[in-house]
Amino acid sequence: MAPNEKVAVEVALGASVGGARAMACMKHVGLNVAADPLFTAAYTGVNGGLVIVVADDPGMHSSQNEQDSRYYARSAHVPMLEPSSAQEAKEFVKLAYELSEKFDTPVLIRETTRVAHSHGIVELCDREEKEIKPYEKAANKYVCMPANAILRHIEVEKRDNALAAFVNGMDINRAEYTSENEIGVICFGAVYEYVKEALPSANVYKVGTLYPLPIEGMKEFAKKVKKLYVIEELEPYIEDALKAAGVACVGKELFSVQGELSVAKILKAFENREIPQAEKVPARPPVMCAGCPHRGVFYVLHKLKLTVNGDIGCYTLGAVPPLAAVDTCVCMGASVGMAHGFKKARGENAHNVAVIGDSTFLHSGVTGLINAVYNQSGLTLIILDNSTTGMTGHQQHPATGKNLKGESAPSVLLDELCKACGVKDLQIVDAYDVAAVEKAVKAATASNEVSVIIAQRPCVLLNKKAKRETVVVKDCKNCGKCMQIGCPAISRTETGVKIDLTQCTGCGVCMQVCPFKCLQKGDN
Amino acid sequence: MMNILISGVGGQGTLLASRVLGKYALLGGYDCKVSEIHGMSQRGGSVTTHVRIGEKIYSPVVWEGGADMVIAFETLEAARVKHFLKEDGILLVNEEKILPMPCITGAAKYPDGLKESLQQSVKNARFIDAKAIALEAGSEKATNIVMLGSICKLYGFDKARMEDAVAACVPEKFRELNLTAFRLGFERV
Repeated sequence: MAPNEKVAVEVALGASVGGARAMACMKHVGLNVAADPLFTAAYTGVNGGLVIVVADDPGMHSSQNEQDSRYYARSAHVPMLEPSSAQEAKEFVKLAYELSEKFDTPVLIRETTRVAHSHGIVELCDREEKEIKPYEKAANKYVCMPANAILRHIEVEKRDNALAAFVNGMDINRAEYTSENEIGVICFGAVYEYVKEALPSANVYKVGTLYPLPIEGMKEFAKKVKKLYVIEELEPYIEDALKAAGVACVGKELFSVQGELSVAKILKAFENREIPQAEKVPARPPVMCAGCPHRGVFYVLHKLKLTVNGDIGCYTLGAVPPLAAVDTCVCMGASVGMAHGFKKARGENAHNVAVIGDSTFLHSGVTGLINAVYNQSGLTLIILDNSTTGMTGHQQHPATGKNLKGESAPSVLLDELCKACGVKDLQIVDAYDVAAVEKAVKAATASNEVSVIIAQRPCVLLNKKAKRETVVVKDCKNCGKCMQIGCPAISRTETGVKIDLTQCTGCGVCMQVCPFKCLQKGDN
Repeated sequence: MMNILISGVGGQGTLLASRVLGKYALLGGYDCKVSEIHGMSQRGGSVTTHVRIGEKIYSPVVWEGGADMVIAFETLEAARVKHFLKEDGILLVNEEKILPMPCITGAAKYPDGLKESLQQSVKNARFIDAKAIALEAGSEKATNIVMLGSICKLYGFDKARMEDAVAACVPEKFRELNLTAFRLGFERV
């Protein structure tokens, strides 16, 4: 488990050079972080096979953009495969390693959400043990300084040409002819499954290698069908390539570059079958859990009317009403850099703070902090230290003291790390103590040097079984103040607020917000 | 071919329910795909999972107008996804009301008369107080298994095989509780 994707790919590349087969896995935005080693690993090539798995998220179920990672493969000149089912995902990994070692290149495997997040029946084959390959020093290959890299680029181009010819003969690029005088559809990945379902009589060309594309195979297919369609999610990647090769096809005239495709959307496009529409009902956006340690901090930031440069994690939910405290959220680590820039632009009128979680701080926030200290920024950074990676399912990280398997591991001390970066103004507060958080934020934002507040409290989901005192309501004046913290355990009736005792964890944030002390710890 | 959509609120146990159905398919020797979305939606947001069972399954997701059954763990969520049902599909609703944040803050109003409007707009709509039945079985956490018991009866699944699937998917120490919940769900619907 690496703190970020760049490190992960570098570790995998090192292992590959060292003779082992290696893999690094990430989502689309993670590949942006890992792009630096990727582009040059395309030049070094590999020793043991090297596979990088990347999952795109059309429809943005849980992402900040809808980028199409296929262009990375084309741009870096690295072959890319895309499976369309769980069974293929398993088979393509094996194939990717064979390609990687045969053509001396890293190989990308791309998935989308619907393949990455689906379960299916997978038939296994026998495991083949691979010996660690011998390592031989090959500076002309692995030391990418200009004199070597210029020569390696020639090899990359040769490899590209060899692969472009090779992929046309691969089984994973295949035409499935069902009927003569019918349309033909070129598709791949999850969309292949939708097409097979929606258009059972169409001839289908299933693309398995997104880079290089099997242009010859697709040309051949185009000749044999009545009319050629390309159905692909996101960008017109295959469509553009076909048109550049002089093949007429219909693609994005029918489908948007936005969102996911589906069986229903394909039936609408081809058979004009209406898609049943959802009834309009109140949305149910995700919310911070009852007892979430982030809640009190965002209550304070909202109250103090600060501009908040936010980051990626559960605490992005601080942007949702009623807290509505977060002003920006772009990518992992961006809170710190953006807060510095915002302050540079607005000077004394900035009134902003950066907010980041503990694991995201270690991912890429710490470099922003070093930048801020070095450039004598006056920014305030709040690290929401909940001792885990909450949003993605409670993975360990380098400051939790445990490794991915839950075994004991050395722990980065966040306060010492900040001090080592040159931070002199550092406060540690209990995230549940609203008054202490407010005091700390006021002091930190008043200072002209870089200040860091570490707001500590483990994620409330980490210890669900802990017996807690819940909150009870006594003589509620129904002022509505506690409704401003957006706790899902609190609801309002005509006679006063009600606490859902099955949800309440007794964190006490609402008690501190109530001006009439009507919310008290109680024995339930 | 069976297309099942399960909808609920993050934390209600929709994922386990979909895995039990997947196990049921495996035990019966069918092809099966189960699709779910984790991440942000888990934190109290709307969650849907898709289960497709048949001789050969392509799409891992059910589409609008394509579901044989929709199992809704909350009434508002039933209204949100009912357009996924085929015209003669079965809608099973747990009569629980969980306020979404916009309704808690007053930005939106939880609709009145949801049950009645669902009964009017869906030909085969069934309602059950699964949470109360789960509590009777020993824990409200078994609400999802109560729902599976009910759908097993409504759709005519193989009861013994479904019980095997439940037993295989829950921790050993909660097995009896869950099997009780399953049987109660089967009987009471």
